[in-house]
Amino acid sequence: MSAMDMTGEAVHHDDHDHGPIKGWRRWVYSTNHKDIGTMYLIFALAMLFVGGLSAMAIRMELMFPGIQLLEPDLYNNIVTNHALIMIFGAVMPAAAGLANWMIPMMIGAPDMALPRMNNLSFWILPAAATMLILSFVVPFFPGGGTQINTGWTLYPPLSIKVGMSMDFLIFAIHLLGISSVLASINIIVTIFNMRAPGMKLTQMPMFVWTWLVTAFLLILVVPVLAGGVTMLLFDRHFGTSFFDAAGGGDPVLFQHLFWFFGHPEVYILLLPSIGVLSMVIPTFSRKPLFGYMSLVGAMIFLATLGMVVWAHHQYTIGMSYGAVNYFMIGTILISIPVGLMKFNFIATMWRGSLTFETPMLFAIAIVIMFVFGGLTGVMLAVIPADMQYHDSMFVVAHFHYVLVPGAVLALFAGVFYWLPKWTGNMYNERLGKLFFWTNIIGFNLTFFVQHFLGLAGMPRRIIDYSIQFTEFNVISSVGAFIFGLSHLILLYIVIDTIRGKNLKKAPAVVWEGAKDNGLEWDLPSPPPYHSWNTPPKLDKNAKYADA
Amino acid sequence: MSRRGIWGGRVAAWVGGVVASMESAAEYGLNFPDPVTRVGQDIYGVHMLTMQIATWLMAIVLVVMVYILYKFRKSKGYEPDQHFHKSWFGQWSWVMVPAMVLVVDLTIAGSAQSTLERFWNAPKQFCSEEGADPDRCFDMNVKVIAHQWWWEYEFPEHGVEYDGEFYPITVESRPTEQDVAGEHYLRDVDHPIVLPVGRTIRYLNTSADVLHAWWVPELGFKRDSIPGYIMETWAKIDEDKEGVYRGQCAELCGTWHSKMPIVINAVSPEAFDHWIENEKRLLLAALVEANSNKEWTLEELYSKGEAAYNTKCAACHKPDGSGLPPAFPPLRGSKVATGPIEEHLKMVINGKGTMPPWAMLSDLEIAAIVTYERNAWGNATGDVVQPSAVKAAR
Repeated sequence: MSAMDMTGEAVHHDDHDHGPIKGWRRWVYSTNHKDIGTMYLIFALAMLFVGGLSAMAIRMELMFPGIQLLEPDLYNNIVTNHALIMIFGAVMPAAAGLANWMIPMMIGAPDMALPRMNNLSFWILPAAATMLILSFVVPFFPGGGTQINTGWTLYPPLSIKVGMSMDFLIFAIHLLGISSVLASINIIVTIFNMRAPGMKLTQMPMFVWTWLVTAFLLILVVPVLAGGVTMLLFDRHFGTSFFDAAGGGDPVLFQHLFWFFGHPEVYILLLPSIGVLSMVIPTFSRKPLFGYMSLVGAMIFLATLGMVVWAHHQYTIGMSYGAVNYFMIGTILISIPVGLMKFNFIATMWRGSLTFETPMLFAIAIVIMFVFGGLTGVMLAVIPADMQYHDSMFVVAHFHYVLVPGAVLALFAGVFYWLPKWTGNMYNERLGKLFFWTNIIGFNLTFFVQHFLGLAGMPRRIIDYSIQFTEFNVISSVGAFIFGLSHLILLYIVIDTIRGKNLKKAPAVVWEGAKDNGLEWDLPSPPPYHSWNTPPKLDKNAKYADA
Repeated sequence: MSRRGIWGGRVAAWVGGVVASMESAAEYGLNFPDPVTRVGQDIYGVHMLTMQIATWLMAIVLVVMVYILYKFRKSKGYEPDQHFHKSWFGQWSWVMVPAMVLVVDLTIAGSAQSTLERFWNAPKQFCSEEGADPDRCFDMNVKVIAHQWWWEYEFPEHGVEYDGEFYPITVESRPTEQDVAGEHYLRDVDHPIVLPVGRTIRYLNTSADVLHAWWVPELGFKRDSIPGYIMETWAKIDEDKEGVYRGQCAELCGTWHSKMPIVINAVSPEAFDHWIENEKRLLLAALVEANSNKEWTLEELYSKGEAAYNTKCAACHKPDGSGLPPAFPPLRGSKVATGPIEEHLKMVINGKGTMPPWAMLSDLEIAAIVTYERNAWGNATGDVVQPSAVKAAR
């Protein structure tokens, strides 16, 4: 393919391009950012349902006191898998899928900078997911050892006592880590080197910025997790005692390593979604993003501060007064960049001209619910009060209020926002709204009442509870079933839109307000297999900057 | 009154109602149980302050959002203000917003810090020691040792130690309907910890196997039990707060994490002295019995063994010896429980893999348990293992 005769008018591209190879080779050998993005998204959707099924099993067991459905270790195993599959299988690949699809289109690049590595970082994932699922399945076979009953935090000494399924899990984490680091390197190289001529860093769409920061975070913290679980592997099989007090080691050391990764991981999940909101909200408010530079600044501040407050996950391990004081104040200060981000979103809507298509409905709900989750986060940061909240259902409610709106729902918003662009078909708006309302109602029913359970003294990660907690658990479970089933609507909408029967064709600029909000709208819907073979001319240079 | 004014009033009333209902919510299990220590009350105060600030902020955001969604709609013909982000507000909001958030942050951190300073470090001196600061001293120690899955308590100054077990353990791994219907299901033990009110107690918290966390909400603190660490915490139950306080393990500790209840029986110092004397007598009697060179009959050991087995072993191996394979092998008809006695004793004393060592039990207890295991559930070996055999095997 040659771009020499291109005039920058993207519509002509597909006349010259060779299309994709036919058959399975298109996907397995793919170096095309759009195909790889699609594979990431389909993979994430599949994992969302696996993780969702495990969540349904948890809520079914917890609906009433007593042990009805599961065995205690199986319950713990499911809890572990729910977290790992949702984080590493659903949210991170979905965000990577959006990055693959959108970053080259948004910065006017023909593809990712390292297309073969892109192929590798995706195809490691199915292998990793297989290992992850095997770690769940192996104990059911004779000689398979015990189930993973540690939760996703894998704290030793418990994780040292688990059978061979823990080894599967450790290797799954290694593979997932390799995949994310490769993808991050690719994204950083792409953003730094492949921007259309004349596009300054401060003119990039905010989604690209959020992924730039996320990629740096991933490269900084994922190796720490890999190191931690490798030490765990050595403790388990090679007689070291990094985490064994009897051998001079320290079980708490693992917690520090884990949360040095684990806390920035929260922002890794969160930031791409902030990027999605930064695209969606201006589009449906029909005015530019409020405070572009302050959002960039807040994000970098958040990422930096987020790397040095990890021990607020471990307030009960008995750190010194000075240490806990530092971690408390550092954690409370996280509210400054997060507050600024949410303020900017609200200010973008202020004096806008709002319409309420599905992506915008999600964006509005996310802003409100994420503020709520952030406020309970401030409560948790306050150590004296955390002496009560810690490891209770309050924590479960808090992080689901942060991660579901902050990460998952924002990804849904992104999917609805760009699905017409990707497929060339307009999704069914009525179904989209139906999905939104069932999803939001189900979610809030599930998790709002869990705050009360935690305050009243119900610990997390228990299979069975005292009858005083029954009422709220019933409500929570009913909500969870609504929440879970609502995703079948999502699945239907996605399939329906890809097939495109009886649906409106999407124009190049899908949304009325999207015109000046990202270069992807300069491409037709669906975009040609190879886009921006000639970089776009950026004569309206001030497009994305606000000052 | 303008329409907006009425709305503003309603919203304010609604927010006020929410805050007020949170104040009274403690009775309905929506909020913390009433704390019984000074520290617990301070913590409750910090919690309520933070929660009220959070509620107000949430309300403000909600009101602003509702106003936006009501006012700036395209369907009402509202034209977007393309220059809003370039106004003075847009230029300076990045300073103003963080400054306002910082003020809120410092308010919260300030109130938290004074409480934190007061309770974080446990007192180091006995009150009876010379020159001890009466506000920073403790009257007695309680050692809390976590096991999978029960709590061991020790009163070092009184030489008393015992286990607080979950009660009752059922034969089935699934609790029956009657169990679940019990008022204190999963919140009851066979041997509660008895504590005097009005005395400062220092808790020394550790674990024998994996991580656990000792949590009684009414006391106002939670601390992990970590093998290799001894955590120091403290609490002083108010003089007028005699009563029964229940909690449970809060850190995932494996299979029966949900079955590690804690029951505190807070009594007057006199009643506590009476109780501890009684405990000492019981322990002494047990010690005398264990050290007598008596030859025990099968029946005696069997009945002692049954009781000990059901508290120490049944959580994993089940009261009917069926175990929970593969983690916890069955004992009914097992090679260890029907094979050579020496192997059986070695397994109990030294442990293996997931099985913890039980060397801390007395010779008599081990003899009774082993005898029981070799004769119960159809393991009719007829073996009688005497304490002397255990002594020899150690």
